[in-house]
Amino acid sequence: MTPALRTQSLSKTWGAFRANSDITLEFASGARHALIGPNGAGKTTFINLLTGALPPTSGQVFLGDEDITALPQHARVKRGMTRTFQINTLFPGLTVLESVVLAICERQGRAGIWRHTVSRQREAVDEAAALLEQLRLSAERNALTKNLAYGKQRLVEIALALATKPSILLLDEPAAGIPAGESTELFEVIAALPREVTIVFIEHDMELVFRFAERITVLVAGKVLVEGPPVEIQRDPRVKEVYLGEAQHG
Amino acid sequence: MSAISTSSAAAANARPPNLLPDGRWRPLELAFWLIPIALYFVAPDYRVLGSQVLITGLFALSLDLILGYAGIVSLGHAAFFGLGAYAAALLAKHFTGDPLIGLVVAALVSAAAGWLVSFLVVRGNDLTRLMVTLGIGLMLWEAANKASFITGGVDGLSFTPGKLFGVWSFDLAGNTAYVYALVVVFVVFLFAKRLVDSPLGLSLRGIREGGKRMPAIGAPVVVRLRTIFTIAAGIAGIAGALLAQTTQFASIDTLGFPRSAELMIMLVLGGTGRLYGALVGAAIFMIAHDYLSAIDPVYWEFWIGFFLVLIVLFAHGGILGGLAALRARFGRSGS
Repeated sequence: MTPALRTQSLSKTWGAFRANSDITLEFASGARHALIGPNGAGKTTFINLLTGALPPTSGQVFLGDEDITALPQHARVKRGMTRTFQINTLFPGLTVLESVVLAICERQGRAGIWRHTVSRQREAVDEAAALLEQLRLSAERNALTKNLAYGKQRLVEIALALATKPSILLLDEPAAGIPAGESTELFEVIAALPREVTIVFIEHDMELVFRFAERITVLVAGKVLVEGPPVEIQRDPRVKEVYLGEAQHG
Repeated sequence: MSAISTSSAAAANARPPNLLPDGRWRPLELAFWLIPIALYFVAPDYRVLGSQVLITGLFALSLDLILGYAGIVSLGHAAFFGLGAYAAALLAKHFTGDPLIGLVVAALVSAAAGWLVSFLVVRGNDLTRLMVTLGIGLMLWEAANKASFITGGVDGLSFTPGKLFGVWSFDLAGNTAYVYALVVVFVVFLFAKRLVDSPLGLSLRGIREGGKRMPAIGAPVVVRLRTIFTIAAGIAGIAGALLAQTTQFASIDTLGFPRSAELMIMLVLGGTGRLYGALVGAAIFMIAHDYLSAIDPVYWEFWIGFFLVLIVLFAHGGILGGLAALRARFGRSGS
């Protein structure tokens, strides 16, 4: 079966620094796939290459059978691949509802309309309201995003991504900076997404990783160290070395 | 700037109402538009100045669409204003004097130029955009200066526009000019108001607020920016044509850098991203110019600069932004 997303010898270098080096990976349709590795391993760079936020130095990205390496970011989103950001990348001066309605209008191809007002986009508004309800953001719908607490802003990150109805969702540390209880809740929302949605996530909290991931890739120094199901990864001495080594130094 | 209705707020305590741009008119807006109508009757001696204030307000509004909504800084917006002025003047001189046809042609010429320039403007950061627009403005000014056989060079181009609807001619007292400018400005304002309250307007605000996020929600940012830049250039062209027709003169100054810079001052004074800020800023700037230069013809710009610094430092969002903040602080304390 053709994987939902795959890379072929993907590399990104800045001068002598190799942020990603020859990464060849496959993500099966409906996967719950975690990317882990120490800080600076190149995980976010890899997501940036997948989404087109950065052009690769060499290598290719395939969505299904299609080579999307040259496609701009927004065109990849239109094909169903969406991401969230490690550092909140939102619309501070828009309300939460406006932000989500905007994302839905973009998906529906209605964001270029100028003859009707935003409030007339009933379908988009109703869908946005339901999504905010699902993420328990209804009470904040009319608040400016910049006035929300950090944890709520993380939820808006997710809401914006879900509003695009992705078939592949790339989550860059979705639970970064939010309390442990809330992060579990957040992951439960993610886990409740339809099974056909392929989810690739970067996460440092190993408890969350082993609870939600069905497959794990460990990146170290821009290269794939090992890839496999959680049980194998947990037992792998190289992984232990990387994490124990890091713990000893840190 | 979305009109907001909270009448059902008390009933819907479990679920707050959806506050989204709905294009409704608020009482303050209606009151605002009554002012220029009233001034026509109350201050007949000021109709010439009044028509110029309205036209400059429209010009500032066109800058607001790109700067205030989409976040594109420009120091060369006068290029499109001047193109509109010359398009209307040359059309009247060589083909037809019908003012409305002049407006349409000016809008098309300026929009076409805007579309071409937009390919350069969407690239790069704020500084690049400032320099690109500034450079294009300078080039156009010099080209117009050189092509004096068409543009009249520094002497400008005098012409006589035809009668409006074949009935009203442009008189020295500015009677026709005032009404004509007011109606055109209002019609274009209606269009701009609808645009900013639409999904396209929301998308532009999205680009201004989170340019990095927009591609990640599937937005073709470059297409959106090119669209609004073209529209704004077209509106600037209409404003330029209005000025040329009502003064019966197209001057090379309409293309110049000082006009672009003053325009940005007006918009920042009035407040960006709210349409009315453009109209208020233009009115205050021009009235202050008229008043201050009468007191001190040499140093009047000192006071404009002084107020600009005060506004930028202490009233975030210009005069209207400052007023809105005051209203939010004191207006609701009693409720």
